[in-house]
Amino acid sequence: MSLWKQSVEIARVDLLVESRLGDSLKIILPFAIIALMIFSLAFGSDLISIGNAGPGVFWTIAILFGMQIALRAAALETEPRRDLTALLGLDPAARFLGRSLSASLLLGGFMSVLFAAMLLLFNPVLPTGWLWPVATSLVLSTIGLAMLSTLAGEVTVGLRNRTSLASLIVAPLVIPIVVGASQVREAMDRSSGILIWILLLTTTDLVLLVAGVGLSRPLEEASR
Amino acid sequence: MQPLVELRSIGVSLGGQPILRDVDLEISAGQSVGIVGPNGSGKTTLLRLIATLVRPSSGVGSVLGEDLSSPAVRVNRRAIGLISHQPSLIDELSLEENLTHFVKLTGFSMEGVDKSFSVVGLEKARHLRVSAASYGMKRRLEVAWLLIAKPQLLLLDEAKSGLDDTAQELIDALVTLTIERGGSVVSVSHNPQHLAGSQFGPVRRLEQGRIQAVT
Repeated sequence: MSLWKQSVEIARVDLLVESRLGDSLKIILPFAIIALMIFSLAFGSDLISIGNAGPGVFWTIAILFGMQIALRAAALETEPRRDLTALLGLDPAARFLGRSLSASLLLGGFMSVLFAAMLLLFNPVLPTGWLWPVATSLVLSTIGLAMLSTLAGEVTVGLRNRTSLASLIVAPLVIPIVVGASQVREAMDRSSGILIWILLLTTTDLVLLVAGVGLSRPLEEASR
Repeated sequence: MQPLVELRSIGVSLGGQPILRDVDLEISAGQSVGIVGPNGSGKTTLLRLIATLVRPSSGVGSVLGEDLSSPAVRVNRRAIGLISHQPSLIDELSLEENLTHFVKLTGFSMEGVDKSFSVVGLEKARHLRVSAASYGMKRRLEVAWLLIAKPQLLLLDEAKSGLDDTAQELIDALVTLTIERGGSVVSVSHNPQHLAGSQFGPVRRLEQGRIQAVT
């Protein structure tokens, strides 16, 4: 079976499992929105400060809670299930791609709702023509965070406290994604070019894609 | 003719702890081998070693013609069927969804799915979630999968434990089918009765990581 078909099958089952468990939708998303509300209340009644802080608070919460969503599939995986998929002849690269695909779709939905909530709660002043550049930066950062979290999940296979360790790996490596995504809006405010930041996000995604596909087999074998 | 499994003075250590020591084992095509041993004797590790899921720390060996220490050993994994002591199914999916997931990942034909459900007696339970299925149902589903996969090397880890007579007969039938196809079977259990009968020849005993004797 081709790598692509295996990847799509892995993504399909991950999403099916998530739709039945519903943790991302029922627990993580509402909690993230509550966190946004708490931040907006913590700024008091200064509407300008609240508006200015909105995008920064959004990215902080999006990354911290988004990691939990992206790491869910890896956290649910047991050793017998991993053994079985190895004996089914599953290409580890297909697991990386499939899991990144499902995490990207889940994170995409999560980020969209969270961004809409941020607009409502913080009412930030957005530059003219913000929609497409910001949407592009959201999509690219979502894909990057999904791949980074999936890769961290693979690195920590078989270790105790796997989810916490994976989060520790993701946190420092997510910096180029946060910088790239947040600077797109900043650059628009300053009327300077956004291309360099879009390029940073695209390059980060490509590096993660190559690293994830290339390292998946050695990581799989090293975990045995 | 080269044996399907050949282990020579194999040792396996996990987390710095020796689990298997100086294990010698040879299994030819068409042969079924029973290994009995108490809990913690290394039975599961031995099966995982043969399944190429654990690497040897010492000694030499080959499985399905490939050296255990060579990266090429993984290319034969699809010819190995394993029923582990813990069912390896996805709890949130139905029995049917699990089976079709395995079939889709391997690229086998979906035609065998209905027949397999019928053979293992799960037609009426196929839409049941794994989380709601009994232990026996989960085992039957694993048998259904192996009927489709037709592994050359079948590995059974406490496969009959906790099963009723009918389900145990299904395991026996799977062993017979594998042997008739020219494959090999290794079955491990803490209970010698699970390895009794004509299917398994002399039963070996595994204690403290060593194969002690043929009984």
